[in-house]
Amino acid sequence: MKQLLLIPALLLAAPLQAAEIWVTNEKDDTISVIDIDSLEVIRTIETGERPRGITFSRDYSRVYICASDSDTVQVMDPETGQILHDLPSGEDPEQFVLHPNDRHLYIANEDDAVTTVVDTETRKVIAQINVGIEPEGMAVSPDGSIVITTSETTNMAHWIDTETRTIVANTLVDSRPRHAEFAAQASELWVSSEIGGTLTVFDVATQAEKAKIEFAVKGVHPDRVQPVGFEFTEDEETVFVALGPSNHVAVVNARTFEVEDYILVGRRVWHMAFSPDKSLLFTTNGVSGDVTVIDVARREAIKSIKVGRFPWGAALRP
Amino acid sequence: MRRLCLYILGLILAAGAAPAGVDVPVIYLKQQVDRPPTLSNLDPVPRDEGESGARLGLADNQTTGGFLGHDYKLETVIVPAGGDPIPAARDALAQTPFLILDAPAATLLAIADLPQAQGAILFNTSSAATALRSAECRANLLHTLPTHQMRSDALMQFARARRWDTLALIAGTHPGDIAFAEALRASAAKFGLRLSAEKTWAFDADMRRNATQEVPLFTQELGKYDLLLIADELHDFGRYIPFNTWLPRPVAGSEGLVPAGWAPVVEQWGAAQLQSRFRDLAGRDMRPRDYAAWAAIRSLGEAVTRTGTADPAAIRAYLLSDRFELAGFKGRPLSFRHWNGQLRQPIPLVTPRAMAAQAPLDGYLHQRTELDTLGLDAPESACTAFP
Repeated sequence: MKQLLLIPALLLAAPLQAAEIWVTNEKDDTISVIDIDSLEVIRTIETGERPRGITFSRDYSRVYICASDSDTVQVMDPETGQILHDLPSGEDPEQFVLHPNDRHLYIANEDDAVTTVVDTETRKVIAQINVGIEPEGMAVSPDGSIVITTSETTNMAHWIDTETRTIVANTLVDSRPRHAEFAAQASELWVSSEIGGTLTVFDVATQAEKAKIEFAVKGVHPDRVQPVGFEFTEDEETVFVALGPSNHVAVVNARTFEVEDYILVGRRVWHMAFSPDKSLLFTTNGVSGDVTVIDVARREAIKSIKVGRFPWGAALRP
Repeated sequence: MRRLCLYILGLILAAGAAPAGVDVPVIYLKQQVDRPPTLSNLDPVPRDEGESGARLGLADNQTTGGFLGHDYKLETVIVPAGGDPIPAARDALAQTPFLILDAPAATLLAIADLPQAQGAILFNTSSAATALRSAECRANLLHTLPTHQMRSDALMQFARARRWDTLALIAGTHPGDIAFAEALRASAAKFGLRLSAEKTWAFDADMRRNATQEVPLFTQELGKYDLLLIADELHDFGRYIPFNTWLPRPVAGSEGLVPAGWAPVVEQWGAAQLQSRFRDLAGRDMRPRDYAAWAAIRSLGEAVTRTGTADPAAIRAYLLSDRFELAGFKGRPLSFRHWNGQLRQPIPLVTPRAMAAQAPLDGYLHQRTELDTLGLDAPESACTAFP
């Protein structure tokens, strides 16, 4: 009887999302796979050394992992967790973006002041572009024409033309830029500055600065409010910003650039990923070694999920 | 605030738009000093201490400068021990207003007081003397090396947090030992800790042979205490104290748990990248004076980048303003104290194998920034050269 009762429960649960959040654990050399329905870790997969950036191919048949200390990008079969092969990545790959052509990976080589372009089919490096010191943040415009690399010590966003694979503009931002995203139908570029404590919004057409967003978390000194990763909602009306050691995520109105809310999460919040319907947001909290689940509509943290040591990147597998 | 942002934006655009090059020559001037002999030869002081930090900072600046049309150059001038640094300083000042100085306190003051140095920007990367940030401060002398007192305050915050309320001290007899011991005493009083016993280390025996026999007896006389402080800045005898004390007690100060401006075990906040860049360049670990020299040239670079000029008056104004912030790989932005030109910075508390804590510790509050719980605060500083 009990079993019979369980069946309708499973049927109800199963069609909800059946999706996963993949989290790289920088100091455990693993990936924790979180099931979005149960909000529990259902798999732990070994990787190369110091996994950070993580992204899936467009059809989700491959997952790319920056194994920073192995100096390689690993290509994994997400079904089996087997490493299929390594890609030449340049030294110390930290973060990358996959070009909309689903083929070219643009990789920030943190120790080398270089952005490396790798063809994932031929598995060859097709270009290396000199950028500033400690490149990290990577973004690609939806039409694939521009790739952005931000460099942490040079404090710039470098605008790379993907046709010529050369830098066409350099724009200064506040100290230690960490993450970049295109927004507003690709008319804006947003860049976070960890030590500067700001988000800078650029007009893509002119590369001119359009707005600068500052944060103030009650009871936290401004020095410790350090924006890192951020993600836009589907309608691009709202952006969630991880504020590092302030242990909060800010909710920003992407039209007015006003900060609307702060949500308390785990310690040193770093990057984040949405569930498929964008109703839940998963943040990686490096110091506390967990992932906070945020109810996007209510703007509340609803659960902490323990993962490995120093979770860094997060990616959705629908 | 918004107006300020717009103003900065204007500056940035001006800097980005200006195609005209900006030349920023920097001279690193080192006065060599003879070091007294120490009991152990395990840790020689590298000949390029400080200089390699400046070279790394230069490389960082050059990369940024390359995108902006700013050209940084670094020349090193070394005055041998016993030589007169003043002619070298005059020569240097004839070439550039930007000097990074590695010299004793008296030499720093002599250089800062040269007529040629008025209006220049000099960085002290070598002297921890509190007086240089107080009554003896100079308007043209900024300090990137933390003072003895910033370090001792950091240690006392930790002792207080651990409730190690009763302290004992063993101090050497060299000037650096005496100055650090003085700072430890002042910091103990500042944070409400009791220094119950003090002894001076004036032995001339070779401790590698008889530390186990001498140190227990020597420390027995200190009575009861929670934490044993060592003031031995030359690293002469301190290394033989831990584990040989009469009472089983932790050791801190110049040995054991060390408050340091920088150390190879600092790895958080992206510091691992700075450490590996330094090791690639110098073939050794980065030391506090390397960090101070790196911070000096990077501060200069940051100011040139943001203002688009190499005019020393404009650079000085920017460095001392609240717009300046240096990403110093210590977890929060670094800035200069506008009342005495000291770079405010967190102080790591380190053992040879790990960072145990970093000051300011949680709970030590300050109306301006918690970083100002370390070292001379504005009301305590007798400096009047910084209006």
